[in-house]
Amino acid sequence: MRAHSISKKRYINEAISGYAFMLPFVISISAFIIGPLIYAFIISFKDFSYLNPSSSHWVGFKNYIGLLNDQTFKRALLNTTIYSLFVVPIQLFIALVLALVVDSDIKGKTFFRVAYYIPTVTSTVAVSVIFLYLFKADGLVNTILSKIGIHGQAWFNNVNFALPSIMIMAIWSSVGNYMVIFLAGLQDIPAELYEAAEVDGANKFQRFVKITLPLLRHVVFFNLVVSLIGTFQIFDQAYVVSGGSGGPLDATMTVVLDIYKTGFKDFNMGYASAMAFVLFLIILLLTLLQRLLFREEMY
Amino acid sequence: MSKIFRFFLYSVAIVYAAITLGPFIWSIITSLKPTSEIDSLSVNLKNLTFGNYNMIISQFPFLRWFFNSLVVAIAVTFGNLLFNSMAGYALARINFAGRNFLFIIVLALMMVPGQVVMVPTYILLSKLGWVNTYWGLTIPFLTSSFGIFLMRQFFLSIPKEMEEAATIDGLSKFRIFLQIVLPLSKPALTTQFIFMFTGNWNSFLWPSLLTSSDNMYTLPVGLNSFYGQYYQFWNQVMAGAILLTLPMILIFLIFQKQFVKGISTTGLK
Repeated sequence: MRAHSISKKRYINEAISGYAFMLPFVISISAFIIGPLIYAFIISFKDFSYLNPSSSHWVGFKNYIGLLNDQTFKRALLNTTIYSLFVVPIQLFIALVLALVVDSDIKGKTFFRVAYYIPTVTSTVAVSVIFLYLFKADGLVNTILSKIGIHGQAWFNNVNFALPSIMIMAIWSSVGNYMVIFLAGLQDIPAELYEAAEVDGANKFQRFVKITLPLLRHVVFFNLVVSLIGTFQIFDQAYVVSGGSGGPLDATMTVVLDIYKTGFKDFNMGYASAMAFVLFLIILLLTLLQRLLFREEMY
Repeated sequence: MSKIFRFFLYSVAIVYAAITLGPFIWSIITSLKPTSEIDSLSVNLKNLTFGNYNMIISQFPFLRWFFNSLVVAIAVTFGNLLFNSMAGYALARINFAGRNFLFIIVLALMMVPGQVVMVPTYILLSKLGWVNTYWGLTIPFLTSSFGIFLMRQFFLSIPKEMEEAATIDGLSKFRIFLQIVLPLSKPALTTQFIFMFTGNWNSFLWPSLLTSSDNMYTLPVGLNSFYGQYYQFWNQVMAGAILLTLPMILIFLIFQKQFVKGISTTGLK
């Protein structure tokens, strides 16, 4: 009887400490994620301005329907999708090549790894101003290009080149991250497999296609989804490069930049929240895709 | 390995190193040039000077921005280290009703991009009077679902025996956590420290939303605003960019091994 009450007391004490340990997290997410998420969902059905809260009123699906005819938002979605479709495969390809290079037996591997990774610890704002400087009309890049006979642009001011310039910048600054993940994947492949294949007379290329690629499959998927999710949230570079405008002529307008401008420059916060939920939906679908692919990999 | 293949490997390695390091080297050189030479592509070694750094520090609030970034990054990082490991520990090791539910919440919140709650969070913080204060820049960011998830996984991977012995000795969960578990968690805490600190130091969207006067800017926000006004003075803009970049490169060089290990075990930076 006494033993029973002691174990019960111990159980209650343990539960209390469990809740105490969770408390900071629960308070934090209630105030800053779940609460705001519900609030954002509600005002996405309202005409809501922070400047004049008393005039806010229900508008049903008007904000969401409005998005369908919003040229800027459609442009932002298109830009973000194009950005994503170019950046993701190119950066993963470069990352894989670099991972293979630094995984080989060349000298100075540590130096190369460090060199490739440094851009990923660099602030997006710093990277943006450095690239604005390198890619300006009479900057270093154009000077080098003119030496090989190519006439350069004022890259970031040109409607056709502004978005591709941001893509180059984004690829440059995040390749190192994916390289390291590929490298970890490569190093998990048992060396015996390569040795056995070599004994069987497989050449380098055959070994890569028949052993490396299939075994690296889940790392590729992982990087693919992480990279997709990341690219859909592009904001910093577009903001710095265009001075917050998304210009020239919406060429660098991205979804998050559009949310930012609509919510905090035009103070049209209900509408901005509707945009935010469209973005949320896209990212949710991408994440669920990741979970699905990983579940298959795990069993 | 054939000679041609080896040559190819080295070429790729060296060319790409030039691509990643070149922009930094060129920015550092530019940051040391006098204004009369910023449009020239040649480097006159005799004229290189730290004058631009002096200029942005003495004439503009770069030191203040640096200080703000430091305060915010340190506060947010240590908040996360403490709160994420507490929650991660509870989810891994303590029995209480609702634990599974809370774990599902953690997993679900990892899917919510911060930008979705930008508007309501801003409204909330401005009602609290926290916009343009250190409170607003730190309090909303003190826990992270992803960090909690990582800590939970880590705690599940370490042996339980010592904690069980301590429980029999009558130590409370809190003392077990502080005296036994945390000292064992250095690798996981180091990984979190690195990613939280660099992530926060480089953060731009939230600080630009939550600061309105230049004495509260963090360094990225300050550099962007400085660039907006003085973009002709590339030497000074580059000095600012280097000031923003250098601390993170140093941290990376110091913790290089843990960085690589962290990314390869978590898959994320």
